[in-house]
Amino acid sequence: MGLLAGAVVLAGCGEEQSTLLPESDATHSIDAMWWVLLIGSTIVVAVVTLLVLATLLRRRGSLDEVERGGGGTTFALVSGAAIPAVVLVALFAYVLSSLDATAQPKGRRDLNIEVIGKQWWWEVRYLDHDIVTANEIHIPVGVPVRVVAGTADVIHSFWVPRLNRKIDMIPGRRNAILLQADRKGAYRGQCAEFCGLQHANMAFYVIAEPAQRWQRWAARERRPAAAGGRGERVFASAGCSGCHTIQGTAADGRVGPDLTHVASRRTLAAATIANDRRRLAEFIRDPQHVKPGNKMPALGLQGRRLDALVDYLESLR
Amino acid sequence: MATTVGREEVERLEETWHEAPGLKTFLTTVDHKKIGTRYLVTSFAFFLAAGVEALAMRTQLARPEAGAIGPDLYNKLFSMHGITMIFLFVTPMLNGFGNYLVPLQIGSRDMAFPRLNAFSYWVFLGSGLFLYSSLLVGYAPNDGWFNYTPLSEKAYTEGLNIDYYNLGLLFLTISSTAGAINFIVTIFKLRAPGMSLNRIPLFCWGILAQSFSLVLALPALSAANIFLELERRFGFHFFDRPRGGDPLLWQHLFWIFGHPDVYIIFLPAVGIVSAIVPVFSRRPIVGYPWMALATMTTAFIGFGVWVHHMFATGLPQITMTFYAAASLIIVIPSGVQIFGWLATMLTGRPVIRSPFLYVLGFIVVFVVGGVTGVMFAAIPFDQQVTDTFFVVAHFHYVLFGGAVFPIFAAIHFWFPKVTGRMLDERLAQVSFWFFFVGFNLTFFPMHVLGLYGMPRRVYTYQPGLGWDFYNLLATIGAFTLALGILGTIVNVVRSRTRGEIAGDDPWGANTLEWSTSSPPPDFNFASIPVVRSADPNWDFEDRVEDGLRLERRELTLSEGHETIGSSWLDGDIEEVHESPSESPWPLVLAACLAVLFALLLTGHWVMAAIACGVCLLAWAGWHLKEPGE
Repeated sequence: MGLLAGAVVLAGCGEEQSTLLPESDATHSIDAMWWVLLIGSTIVVAVVTLLVLATLLRRRGSLDEVERGGGGTTFALVSGAAIPAVVLVALFAYVLSSLDATAQPKGRRDLNIEVIGKQWWWEVRYLDHDIVTANEIHIPVGVPVRVVAGTADVIHSFWVPRLNRKIDMIPGRRNAILLQADRKGAYRGQCAEFCGLQHANMAFYVIAEPAQRWQRWAARERRPAAAGGRGERVFASAGCSGCHTIQGTAADGRVGPDLTHVASRRTLAAATIANDRRRLAEFIRDPQHVKPGNKMPALGLQGRRLDALVDYLESLR
Repeated sequence: MATTVGREEVERLEETWHEAPGLKTFLTTVDHKKIGTRYLVTSFAFFLAAGVEALAMRTQLARPEAGAIGPDLYNKLFSMHGITMIFLFVTPMLNGFGNYLVPLQIGSRDMAFPRLNAFSYWVFLGSGLFLYSSLLVGYAPNDGWFNYTPLSEKAYTEGLNIDYYNLGLLFLTISSTAGAINFIVTIFKLRAPGMSLNRIPLFCWGILAQSFSLVLALPALSAANIFLELERRFGFHFFDRPRGGDPLLWQHLFWIFGHPDVYIIFLPAVGIVSAIVPVFSRRPIVGYPWMALATMTTAFIGFGVWVHHMFATGLPQITMTFYAAASLIIVIPSGVQIFGWLATMLTGRPVIRSPFLYVLGFIVVFVVGGVTGVMFAAIPFDQQVTDTFFVVAHFHYVLFGGAVFPIFAAIHFWFPKVTGRMLDERLAQVSFWFFFVGFNLTFFPMHVLGLYGMPRRVYTYQPGLGWDFYNLLATIGAFTLALGILGTIVNVVRSRTRGEIAGDDPWGANTLEWSTSSPPPDFNFASIPVVRSADPNWDFEDRVEDGLRLERRELTLSEGHETIGSSWLDGDIEEVHESPSESPWPLVLAACLAVLFALLLTGHWVMAAIACGVCLLAWAGWHLKEPGE
């Protein structure tokens, strides 16, 4: 336990998915609860460990002798039942008093987003704006955003540890959660319910930015894609458009992420790889090598056609 | 010391109970000691398989983005690891100790239904091999031991993987249910004269609580397995949403079984601890009735906490608070037990030997698992860390700490009784420290990983998230732990033939199994012992009296395969219970069932119906010939 406390204190700044670096009212409340639980637990474990050590040091018996009788029942009942009962009642009261911090929001908020879990990526729809994107959620700093969490296939769980607890995405249910960031930054989230082969590579980022920047981002996202010449034709002819949408073109597939502004995102394949030219080309050439089991097939694109396609996708800002 | 009368009586018993060595006896025996030993050896083999699976996973997770194991194999490994540890190792291993020890501890000559007992073992073996055959054909279950729908439905997991899971567990349930009923009847009806309900050894209380929980919890699992199989094979709609089913139904059914199962695993292990603590504290256990009561209370409350596995599914707050309260209440009986053991140790005169070391280690790690368990009743915190490595850390402290530590304590404690020889104490203690340090090094860092946001059931992770170091520590710990287990295996194998001769009672222990020879004779006791306290082997005059009774041919029951049937409350003699002898039918019926399940798996419905008929015939054959005819 002491070790745990030590490790916890050492939590550095590199941990963009750590529950111990809270950035919202909800996670501050959970974090405070964790410290209460940790301190209480440390006391219990320390007392019991000391008593066990006392036994180890008291070795003075012999296997030939035995002493019948002897008390100890009162000690056992007081330490094992009475004291815990008082502590647990207090803990229960504390738990009840903190439930609201992580409760599901009822009713609409100023900003409402629907996130749909899919094997193995996240579709993000802004319900008050005409924006559809994937694997990256932009929110204004300090504004509580309501996220409705749904699924298109199996159960997933929506979780951004620094901003709120997790909420399961279950077929037929519309769970909701509040997402709020006290400070600007990139907060990593990841699927927390086992969902098949690529459960491990189903992550995303929440980007919290000042209101004005967020407005600019939203305005850009609402615009359709600019025309792309040869690359756009490759996109249509090679089969990409069967699965992906690019607004402003004929591509309207719904199987994979909307790519209208793919170049503006930080990562590809649900935060599996960084979004740069080399990795993008690699992913298109051999998606099963980068993320085995994902639904994107290798289309056999090479050479100039691949270059043109990558040029086009890189232009979709 | 024994006079001619006594010796003649013993010879008659030997003749009646003797089973000629050979293949025939091997296949037909109903001796609870042989069956118990088989359970122990078989389930330990499954333990090793699960251990290899764990080491493979830890190798893959030792560093970020490692390529040792791909996602498909990793998912099979963690699924089989869970299924094996829960269903094929811990429960049957504890049943093995139960089988071997319960009749001895209550002064009986066998289980209430010896042939059913043999049947339980064969079915366990069959279902274990059935489940493991899935690995050979490449269709091992791959959606976790919890097997959530809709991922486990045909649309998302097409192969036979989940059919193996459903049918394998249904097959195994037959064994567990039969075994549980056998234990309940044995403990209630076959106790030595004088062993009233308040004198039953605490290990037997643990087995009793486990058995009741099994009988009541398994139907929920079986229902879930049958529903899902009907859905996969015949298009039923229990769990698929678009057609009116609900995936949460699976979760409820699974955890209505799954949480009591934690106590099914834990309570007999607690019984082992309660058996060992007084022996090495050199005094009776503190608060015996409270300890027994705590065991039964835990089993009971254990049925009311399952929803705390589902706090992130979006259930109403009022529902969650109810289950959070129940999850807190269940701490109290465990608290009574922990402080009962501590009080016993602190007021006794402790002697440190390897079984006791494992028990002391158990207490420390179990308390760590206990306090993190309390944390899961704190709903917002649960919603934050559920499905992360924090949970993996927690339940390994509870299950590995709470059950595998006691199992290792039991191996060291009862090895002399089963083999007649002592383990090498020095090697045992060295192995313990590898075991203890390795365990903590493996699982403690996982708390930190969970808090740092690492989800469970991931085959890989990215660098830069603060997870690398703790994962590497855990992997090093896993191999250290493996060394401790290896040391124990070497010790057992070597000491079995070369260990020091143990004698009847090397520990000066308090229960009846230590009053007979090591290993015990086929008939366990020449004269059924008469009991006057909860620590009968410390009533030295009574044990001398047993010998005198043999000389007077009292309670020797040497006319046939006989033992005492007693009243369930006071343990008064009610009848002489005739116990059946060896029979081929349990094996035949189990084999027929194996064929039936194989046919169900491969979808040969007509053949399966015929196999069903053959099973009925085998069952009829079993009842055609009664013992002594």
